[in-house]
Amino acid sequence: MENLTYPILGGLLIGLTTSFYLITTGRVVGISGILAQLLFNKGRLLPLLFILGLILGGSAYGTFFQPSVPFPEIRSPWLLMISGLLVGYGTRLGGGCTSGHGVCGISRLSIRSIVATLVFMATAIITVAVTH
Amino acid sequence: MYAFVTFLTGLLFGLGLAISEMTNPAVVIGFLDIFGDWNPSLIAVMGGAIFVGMLGYWIKNKRLSPIIANEWQVPNLKHIDRKLLIGAGLFGIGWGLSGYCPGPGLTALTNNPLEGIYFVGALIVGSAIHHFQNVLFRK
Repeated sequence: MENLTYPILGGLLIGLTTSFYLITTGRVVGISGILAQLLFNKGRLLPLLFILGLILGGSAYGTFFQPSVPFPEIRSPWLLMISGLLVGYGTRLGGGCTSGHGVCGISRLSIRSIVATLVFMATAIITVAVTH
Repeated sequence: MYAFVTFLTGLLFGLGLAISEMTNPAVVIGFLDIFGDWNPSLIAVMGGAIFVGMLGYWIKNKRLSPIIANEWQVPNLKHIDRKLLIGAGLFGIGWGLSGYCPGPGLTALTNNPLEGIYFVGALIVGSAIHHFQNVLFRK
């Protein structure tokens, strides 16, 4: 069993963040939706600030927080691009990703989000089982 | 104020991904690999996030309006349709292929740029295909 201290701490911080955003702005955090706003909406400043913050915060990994397992060896551009296409299209069609459905949706017991999370977990597990 | 809150939310969310190691696709694939050498960390991440997230909704339900906005904009759709199922299914396949969902994929631009550039480029194209499909074939 891996040490779960950091995953739990990180998860609590993620929950604190989505709650903070909810209570201040009245909105849910959904990364795929915020990225789409940055790309296709007129008001681009706010989603841009969010995404810059996200990348800056995430870059603490490997500097302030050391990986417990190394990054995978660089994978083929084709695999990454097919993955990106499916994630980009699928999250928009399904109206959310791990944050919007998985965290914010399940937190308010949305039936749509619970079903979506079960479906994407299932297809992801099958994909890993087939490809590994 | 709104801009500062938005930036801070992004920053803390990214930090949460970094602390919980969701920024590392090896950890994510280790979680999804339930038939192999399973790493349960994502359950702990989601459990922690959902627990605090529920407290957030509990506070929300005690308030009339958000602090710096006029009204709540929480989705309240309830129907399960084909779009939801197919979209979530395709997303899961893409997620399982690389171990990147949108947030960690974006952080890969700095953490693992040789992968992040391809993933995020295609992520934008996938999102754009959906957008223009909606514009062209709006029912």
